[in-house]
Amino acid sequence: MDSSVLIVTILILTLFGYWMGRSRARMLAGTEHLSVLHSLPSYHGSYVALWCGLPALLLVAAWLIFEPSLIEHIVVEAIPGARALEPAQLSLLIADIRNLTSGNIVSREIDPTLAAAGEHYNALQTISHAAMIVLTLAIAVYGLYLARKNQTRGFRARNRVEKIVRIVMVVASTIAILTTVGIILSLIFETLRFFEKVTVTEFLFGLNWSPQTALRAEQVGSSGAFGAVPIFAGTFMITGLAMIVAVPIGLLSAIYMSEYAGPKFRAVAKPMLEVLAGIPTVVYGFFAALTVAPFFRQTGEAAGLMVSSESALAAGMVMGVMIIPFVSSLSDDVMNAVPQSLRDGAYALGATQSETIKQVILPAALPGIVGAVLLATSRAIGETMIVVMAAGLAANLTANPLEAVTTVTVQIVTLLVGDQEFDSAKTLAAFALGLVLFVITLGLNMIALRVVRKYSEKYD
Amino acid sequence: MSVAEAIKTETPAEKPEQVSHKITGKDVCVYYGDKQALFDVNLDVREKQVTSLIGPSGCGKSTFLRCINRMNDVIDGCRVEGEIKVDGTDIYRSGLDVVELRARVGMVFQKPNPFPKSIYDNIAYGPRIHGQASDSAELDQIVETSLRRAGLWEEVKDRLDNPGTGLSGGQQQRLCIARAIAVNPEVILMDEPCSALDPIATARIEELIDELREKFTIVIVTHSMQQAARVSQRTAFFHMGVVVEEGATSDIFTKPQDGRTLDYITGRFG
Repeated sequence: MDSSVLIVTILILTLFGYWMGRSRARMLAGTEHLSVLHSLPSYHGSYVALWCGLPALLLVAAWLIFEPSLIEHIVVEAIPGARALEPAQLSLLIADIRNLTSGNIVSREIDPTLAAAGEHYNALQTISHAAMIVLTLAIAVYGLYLARKNQTRGFRARNRVEKIVRIVMVVASTIAILTTVGIILSLIFETLRFFEKVTVTEFLFGLNWSPQTALRAEQVGSSGAFGAVPIFAGTFMITGLAMIVAVPIGLLSAIYMSEYAGPKFRAVAKPMLEVLAGIPTVVYGFFAALTVAPFFRQTGEAAGLMVSSESALAAGMVMGVMIIPFVSSLSDDVMNAVPQSLRDGAYALGATQSETIKQVILPAALPGIVGAVLLATSRAIGETMIVVMAAGLAANLTANPLEAVTTVTVQIVTLLVGDQEFDSAKTLAAFALGLVLFVITLGLNMIALRVVRKYSEKYD
Repeated sequence: MSVAEAIKTETPAEKPEQVSHKITGKDVCVYYGDKQALFDVNLDVREKQVTSLIGPSGCGKSTFLRCINRMNDVIDGCRVEGEIKVDGTDIYRSGLDVVELRARVGMVFQKPNPFPKSIYDNIAYGPRIHGQASDSAELDQIVETSLRRAGLWEEVKDRLDNPGTGLSGGQQQRLCIARAIAVNPEVILMDEPCSALDPIATARIEELIDELREKFTIVIVTHSMQQAARVSQRTAFFHMGVVVEEGATSDIFTKPQDGRTLDYITGRFG
């Protein structure tokens, strides 16, 4: 029996348990009204099903996770002299034993010890598999029996089921949180390793970014310089350009949508604007690189300006278009949340529509709009695909948007693409950049959320 | 206090020779989409008096009130037919400046709706948009006078820079009244101004309405018959979109002509 078949079997048993628990509860009620039971029959069903399915499935999961390493351990223990092997050789040996049992190519000649180990491995696996099937099915059936035995008229199945459901949810959210914590920790530890090779001050304040490190001692021209100022300057310039595009357009369209447009137009236009957010960023990227950047270069040449073919301007403009819906959609929502009574109050004083918007609605919605802009900014800072394709790789420290600049995200991509050794300063620099980027966007998001929350308290 | 007692203590004797109509409504019909809310309403409002509009929920009294300063324009699908004149001018004629009309006909709403600005800026908002103050000293003067008239000056004079939303409900409503009188309107419309307030705050607003009558023509929608009896000189009873009866408050509450009015004021329905 395959593991997947086993899982399906347990699920079928679980369904059966549900049905059984429910009908047993109905039987307990007999001909009387269902309210003689403490809990509804469906809760009795869920209770039996949970007892039948949950422990068995957990056991299967644990078994599948721990079985391989346990079997390997036993097999290796049985081979004479295996203990003395180096870790690398040991893992090679284990790989060979596995390959042998599954019929793959083996990296050495098959000697009697290896053949014996292979057979041992096979035997153990068969036993373990059989044990797993028998044990889990037994547990499922026993859980079924136990839960069924508990069922009486006064049995508090509802409370039990609610408790189990709560635990399941707590576990799920814990997994999500732990994953986040794990990612942050790995960022931090790799960054610390990077700072063993390059000082913090050089990284944060150095004006020269050239991450190619020398592979050989006598290599020329690849000294490696890790001053992150140029790439952060590039990031902020492109973000700034994007915001120059996105904030006015997004805000004005939000004002139009929420204050002027009729409901019919709004119903069509708002989803259309939000489609902008659904376009894959890689599409924006080649739009920027193949359409917008050449256009700027040609226009610039016609005007007698030097525009590089990968310019900050092109990337910033296209990124601005991409984040318009973030600004407009959120701002539209907060302006709609401004109570109608405030509009009425202003109109009743003889204010025109634009006066009402300028002096009443925008000030009332301002915290929410600020939050929207901050969220859009952090989105722009973290955006990768557009800048990879359109902004360039040269870490120029310049204030001229017509030149090529590079951003943090672009550098992380280029540092980690291709074959890498994972302990050189070059690759570790990516983690340091990622950490700084993370801190910046996290800070922006936190400020944005706090601003928005403060706003939403006002009209409760 | 019963309705009858309230009338005895409040209503002054009518002097017919002084009657002059500030607002005249003739055959007013209002539709919300396909639904008709008002049917041929004829109602005149006398100058410098308080006129209360009473009636059960959904009878059209607020609709009529909102017609007087064209606040119904804001509502989609709302259509007004007939004629409403303020000082003899048809306010629904084409080319009429709504902004100018609303400067003359102010409004106070059911729920206090101060702007999320300082107390000072709340009051100064109207005079500013209408350019009624030539310098800041004059604006200060308008703010102080309006707050004094609304009986709020003593309570807020030391914290004019605080947000208006931080005041109590009753204070907020008086702030809104001060905001409305700051533009020096001729008419003030009040749409159940006390329904969100406690009895003490309500009593203060009612006192205020009585004082404001000296300078302004006031139309008030109210659900409380005691309130109508206490503050108003004229009363109109609305029912199902028509004006059933209109007259001196004392007459409406003591000798109503129509059976429906009698049923309503004695609490048989509504």
